[in-house]
Amino acid sequence: MTLPAAIDCDVHPTVPSLTALLPYLQDMWRDTVIRRGFDELNTISYPSVNPLTFRSDWRDATGKAGTSVAALAKQALDPFGSRLAILNCLYGAQALFSEDLGAAFCQAINDWIAKEWLDKDDRLRASIVVPTQNPERAVEEIERVAGDRRFVQVLLLVGGEIPLGRRQNWPIYAAAQKHGLPIGIHAGSTYRHPVTPVGWPSYFTEDYVNQAPGFQSQLTSLMAEGVFAKFPDLTVVLMESGVSWLPAYLWRLTKFWKGLRSEIPWVSDPPASIVRDRVRMTLQPFDAPPDEGGIARLMEHIGSDEFLLFSTDYPHWQFEGLAALPAGLDPTLAAKIMAENPLRTYPRLNDLKGAT
Amino acid sequence: MTVDVLNRPIPDVTGQSRLAIADCDIHPRPAGAGIGGVSKSLYPYLSQRWRDHCENFAVTYRQPWEKGSAYPKGQPSASRIDSWPPGKTPGSDLAFMAAQHLDPNNVTLGILNPLGAGQGAMNLELSAALANATNEWQKAEWTSQDSRLKGSVVVPYEDAAASVKEIELRAGDKNFAQILFLSRTATPMGQKQYWPIFEAAAAANLPIGVHAFGYGGNAITSSGWGSYYLEEMVGHAQAQQALTVSLILEGVFERFPTLKFVMIEGGVAWAAALGWRMDAQYKKLKQELPHLKRLPSEYLRSNIWFTTQPIEEPEPRTQLAEVFDWIGWDRILFATDYPHWDFDDPAQALPFKMTEEQRRAVFLNNAKALFGVT
Repeated sequence: MTLPAAIDCDVHPTVPSLTALLPYLQDMWRDTVIRRGFDELNTISYPSVNPLTFRSDWRDATGKAGTSVAALAKQALDPFGSRLAILNCLYGAQALFSEDLGAAFCQAINDWIAKEWLDKDDRLRASIVVPTQNPERAVEEIERVAGDRRFVQVLLLVGGEIPLGRRQNWPIYAAAQKHGLPIGIHAGSTYRHPVTPVGWPSYFTEDYVNQAPGFQSQLTSLMAEGVFAKFPDLTVVLMESGVSWLPAYLWRLTKFWKGLRSEIPWVSDPPASIVRDRVRMTLQPFDAPPDEGGIARLMEHIGSDEFLLFSTDYPHWQFEGLAALPAGLDPTLAAKIMAENPLRTYPRLNDLKGAT
Repeated sequence: MTVDVLNRPIPDVTGQSRLAIADCDIHPRPAGAGIGGVSKSLYPYLSQRWRDHCENFAVTYRQPWEKGSAYPKGQPSASRIDSWPPGKTPGSDLAFMAAQHLDPNNVTLGILNPLGAGQGAMNLELSAALANATNEWQKAEWTSQDSRLKGSVVVPYEDAAASVKEIELRAGDKNFAQILFLSRTATPMGQKQYWPIFEAAAAANLPIGVHAFGYGGNAITSSGWGSYYLEEMVGHAQAQQALTVSLILEGVFERFPTLKFVMIEGGVAWAAALGWRMDAQYKKLKQELPHLKRLPSEYLRSNIWFTTQPIEEPEPRTQLAEVFDWIGWDRILFATDYPHWDFDDPAQALPFKMTEEQRRAVFLNNAKALFGVT
């Protein structure tokens, strides 16, 4: 069976250095950055020297990867035959403590993405980076950018200052829903709290492994606070979250919903069924069971063939060569993952040249 | 979809011969009114200095409330409505507990996990005094009164030296089957500050039980405080995953290869996927972890056990058996959480087909082997 051309729902353009963004910062902020001698805004979620951040065979002479459209096209699009790819820029604008700086950098990043990336390869789409320091500023940025339909989603980080479901964040969801933009929650943190519920870890490996429990907590928050009830047309995409933790998590969540639903009466259906309807996950990293038949069993536990969206997570090191699809995946399911599911998830992927 | 919780058939167990079981999570509780968060039933085991302290300064934790836990529970004392002995608090009366739970459910081994015993209290000396008193109380009023019951050595784990002292006091005492931690420590549990406790536990040949809850001061999510009790209850599984990752990646089981951990009330089904995730990352990042000699999932498989309650409930339930296949049936320990509201009934909690061997392992034999009880 021939698979349809891929739609890659999670690739990362790398900001080569702070100076690349300077032309896109407003004068006052450009002056501030230069005068005060800002350091790069790479966060410890993806340290540039770390083996996971840039797969070694993708690194360029500077040690980074994905710093230009040409490199990204050659390494992430062409080899996988991807006809569309969604850019998620992970530069640390959201981690700045000043909301003014956060907003300034988000604006610069989005303008840089439009000009230096989207204008240069019509296979590219992007997520809107927003200053979550203040949801009002985030909404302003969504409103500023959403008219450009090459932006197909709003990007949030899984680790933030308050749980994502909290009502203070709801203006972001209202704006996203209004524009037909899914909310994409990506691995990474602003480090307002330790990345675990039991304190700061010792190792990068721990930080990365603990991203998955971080996604679990955020899903609980979105569910419990009533985001899915309040915004019936909103889709939530979990990106670089890992996949295989989902069933066990949903079983516990649904069990406690049975026992405690009087506390959250707006959650009127079992959470597992709400998640299957309203939430999607990108494919990489998959964290597959090692046993033969394990993937088939896991897919039964997930219980939906519409749930997964193809991704390479380029340039992060999740697999070797071109093996982005886990071995043992059913071919019919793989076909849905490659294109049909992404097209259903992102309305804006359907209405543009290159989408057919 | 309607989830029918109230109208499930309740089997009539009168007169039936039922499989003997181990219950690896029973909560005994001192009777009587609490003064400053401490029951007067503990007074015989506390020095005058600490009785005075409790009456004048109370026991305070890293959370807002003078009394009660961070999130109001689902029902009073988080307990079954039918578990209140006349005039007393749930779990405070051995005869009542025996008549309601131990006898009808044929519990032949019950592991006591006293909560609210000063673990995580801000004043570390008070934490140590309450731990010591709680252990004496378990012996005097529970384990010496009913041979089915085994106590847990409550330790003031944020003070390693005091914890070691308490463990050494109990080593070889058959009243105790394990050492008790709460899951939400101040820093991840695998970190070096806790290693003297692990060394003492290994020397005493006692497993360490890690029960959900605690007062480390960190929010139950990595993005701050949720709003609902439900978020905390679901969130215990995330806390338990984080501490499991810490224990394994810090190399606790390389340093203490015989040390055994029991994860209590934090979920079990997540263990399989967590092992896959750790292995996948370890293969790429092992340069950071030269102290590990095996895949992370192998330590999970050799040094860590899980109690069942609150057992995850997939539809269909048979999917849980498939997850047990991944985790290993020898890792699973049945528990009810008596007298708490989310009690798992041994007759109904695992409604899927098991072999006779699997059933005996999960309900009794795994616990007997782990705790060295014949």
